[in-house]
Amino acid sequence: MTEPAKAMTGKAANALELRDLSVAYRVGGRNRAVLRNLNLTIGQGEAYGLVGESGCGKSTVALSVVRYLPRNGSITGGAIALDGQDVMKLDAEALRRARAESVSMVYQDPGKALNPSIRIGRQLTEIFELASVSGQAAEDRAIAMLNRVRISDPASVMQRYPHQLSGGMQQRVAIAMALANDPSMLILDEPTTGLDATVEAEVLDLIGQLRQELSASILFISHNLAVVSKMCDRVGVLYAGMLVEEGPTQAVFNDPRHPYTVALLRCLPRGGQRKDQGRLDTIPGFLPGIGVDIKGCAFADRCALATERCRTEPPPLYELGDDRGRRLSRCHYHEQAQSLPRATPSNVAAPARQAASPAVLRVEGLNKTYASHGHPLRAVKDVSVSLRPGETLGLVGESGSGKTTFARLLLGLVPPDEGGMIELEGKQLAPRLESRSDDQVKAMQIVFQNPDSALNRSHSIRHIIGRALKRLAGLSGAALQARLDDLVRSVRLTERHLALKPRQLSGGLKQRVAIARAFAGDPRIVVCDEPTSALDVSVQAAILNLLADLQSKEDVSYIFISHDLAVVRYLSDQIAVLYLGRIMELGPSEDVFAGPHHPYTEALLSAVPKLDQTETVRIRVDGEIPSATNPPSGCVFHTRCPRKIGPICETQEPPLGEVEPGHAIRCHIPYAELARLQKKVIQPELA
Amino acid sequence: MSATDSSAGIPAPAPNDTNRRGPLAEVFFSLLRSGTFLTGLAIVMFWVACALFGEHFAPYDPLADDIINALAPPSAEHWFGTDQIGRDVFSRVIVGSRDILTVAPLATLLATIAGTALGLFTGYFRGIVDDVISRILEAFMAIPVVIVALLAIVALGTSKTTVIVVIGLSFAPIIARTVRSAVLAERELDYVAAAQLRHESALHTMFVEILPNVIPPILVETTVRLGYAIFAVATLSFMGFGIQPPSPDWGLSISSNYGMIGGGFWWTVLFDALAIASLVIGVNLAADGVHGAFND
Repeated sequence: MTEPAKAMTGKAANALELRDLSVAYRVGGRNRAVLRNLNLTIGQGEAYGLVGESGCGKSTVALSVVRYLPRNGSITGGAIALDGQDVMKLDAEALRRARAESVSMVYQDPGKALNPSIRIGRQLTEIFELASVSGQAAEDRAIAMLNRVRISDPASVMQRYPHQLSGGMQQRVAIAMALANDPSMLILDEPTTGLDATVEAEVLDLIGQLRQELSASILFISHNLAVVSKMCDRVGVLYAGMLVEEGPTQAVFNDPRHPYTVALLRCLPRGGQRKDQGRLDTIPGFLPGIGVDIKGCAFADRCALATERCRTEPPPLYELGDDRGRRLSRCHYHEQAQSLPRATPSNVAAPARQAASPAVLRVEGLNKTYASHGHPLRAVKDVSVSLRPGETLGLVGESGSGKTTFARLLLGLVPPDEGGMIELEGKQLAPRLESRSDDQVKAMQIVFQNPDSALNRSHSIRHIIGRALKRLAGLSGAALQARLDDLVRSVRLTERHLALKPRQLSGGLKQRVAIARAFAGDPRIVVCDEPTSALDVSVQAAILNLLADLQSKEDVSYIFISHDLAVVRYLSDQIAVLYLGRIMELGPSEDVFAGPHHPYTEALLSAVPKLDQTETVRIRVDGEIPSATNPPSGCVFHTRCPRKIGPICETQEPPLGEVEPGHAIRCHIPYAELARLQKKVIQPELA
Repeated sequence: MSATDSSAGIPAPAPNDTNRRGPLAEVFFSLLRSGTFLTGLAIVMFWVACALFGEHFAPYDPLADDIINALAPPSAEHWFGTDQIGRDVFSRVIVGSRDILTVAPLATLLATIAGTALGLFTGYFRGIVDDVISRILEAFMAIPVVIVALLAIVALGTSKTTVIVVIGLSFAPIIARTVRSAVLAERELDYVAAAQLRHESALHTMFVEILPNVIPPILVETTVRLGYAIFAVATLSFMGFGIQPPSPDWGLSISSNYGMIGGGFWWTVLFDALAIASLVIGVNLAADGVHGAFND
């Protein structure tokens, strides 16, 4: 502890101080500003959350702190003080020491942060060796570190390679590595974004517990407002490289004082909002491009409250007197921020549902078994569902639960096992796509999760949509052109977008192209496979609105797959909860969410971080979804079930029993008993 | 901004300067900045100019013999000396680029077309099609080019066409392998599934959907192959299976003169050898540049 960085610990008032920090990236021979005079202070032991949409400069902040910007990035002004020490003045050796000893980072993708060809043990002890602890001592400390991040059996984990660990375990190891040197500053850059909700909940719990054990200050970067609200004392909202609002977390989220924060919070489907209750609010327009000259307020172009003053006079960070702590807002009219009018009218004419209409899709006893190293892998087991026109079936479950495989079986991209049945509008579908008729193929289309993969990067938007119209709608010439214009308008793209290639569009616009393509042949059913998971919340809201609008207009049915329960709840009429390829619970959306529900559904719901912190009791599932090659005996969920009742769960698979009309649960616990058990838990409204 | 529906007023994102160019244009501009590529290109263009216009600026007729001046060493009159029947070596080196620069690129083109088609088929269909075709191609690759050439010449007689076909077909499996691995990766992308969900034919999916996306590795492989093709043409000509007399072709000239080296008449061989070496180096430098531009 002779190094200046360590000696300062506890002495400097602030763990991190950014003063007027400006960072630019050199693109096309010009320096383009990414961060503009950013001032930010994190106190000792404080957890500070930085939120904002992609492209606003969140990660650049993290990289600047350790002076780890990409080659074309440079700090063009301002100062960074880490524990009172000016990072800008450090020479190469001092910088290396600071990185090794006082700051640690945890990145979004743990798979990339760990070296795939070195055992976990070696990667951990290496860190201690840098601090001149070696041999057995280093090994002991590595094991202690793994214990600290709640890894049971650390000795065996030390012997493994990263790919032999699950995503959640990898992230724990990455956190252990980051904490190994007892850093004074821990930077977490979207640490749970790639993880399942159940695993995310565990990792967040872990970080929360570690905060109490360690003295480290935390800079927590996330696009997920609920996660930040759960983890952080204070929060800063970043927009176009500027802090637009800052204050204590609860104060900012419950009483936002900048129109951007207000709008961002309104984009989220909250409180169990559903499509027939109204559309989500959106934020019109786009984030200013990097390096653009900003004359007045950066948000003025997208703000319905903006006046002439906003466009010409850059607002300072107004200091707001508040008894809940110091608050800042970069808005001339911060006291009116919450009167921001909606960008999208909420009211919709909910179509009268014809309950009597026959099912458009019926699936009976669908199975899919893959061969994995000679062992059968039951990816989908005995799934039966049906779907009426204009309805949405939401599929939820952790990754590996068989959601996507089920979708691919329906579409015929993967043939199911013999024996099951898929019936579309009363006619049985051939298992393989090639054997289905053109009409059957165009009746069922898909919107993929990742538009970069789903849209051919060599083709123009006009080609992509035009080809779909030609093949699926059988159009050509002037008729095709007319329909193309119609379709493009209905997904709210413009003529200008048609000549572009996918890479020239933003994520949200790409997803609109994918939606237009799926709707080209007037489909009866559209499978939406996590269509918004790669998008920012404001864009997600616009896409969800679009899907809801198209559904009420075209009477199309959706099969909507998402890991985000609030999103599923917004669009779905029915929910199927999948676990290891089996339906654990199936029923009307409201019943499934309101409960009593299957213990697995309960666990999924309680894993979701809520914005309003209303929850008090929560149940947790341990570990990760077991391998489908070797599913547990009896009820497949018994290994993780917090409500397991006894040996019957291990020996006998419960049937999917109807507990109310249309609502079925696969559990040995009687429905009344489930109701009694779950009543103790105060039902949190889904935020 | 008055927005009335879910997302009205979404303007096209301001395209920034880096986005304005397409990916191929991007590669083109990066090539223009690459010293390696430009050096290679300069060497190749020099020889292309010789091939096209060589006879106009060569000081002598490359085929005209002059027995009295046979085997004259380099001098002011004959810069590179003369060969055993008195032909001017300098003129022969200049004009000698013509055949090799016709045959090698055509062979490479044939290899690229055949290899791309094979790679698309094996990578797209996978399974049994892939297994059978890939094993046949591997067997084919195991046979040395010279043996194939010998057999082909026996069967078809010697001609430039034979050389083009032989080299083209022996290089095709190598290009097929590169294309196949690129296609296997593309095939996993969702746009291929989307094409299947439009009931597109396999040919459409392969050539319209996948092919444009595997152009970069094909271009890289083609330029690399061109270097090998030049070398292969020179080798075959040297062995007598390639370009036939009276062409002043480099490999052929070396073949007919290398017996003279023992007598001290080095100039009859050296300049042709240097010409081959410089062309191969030029093509390889250019190939390096192309590879770098696509992988930056």
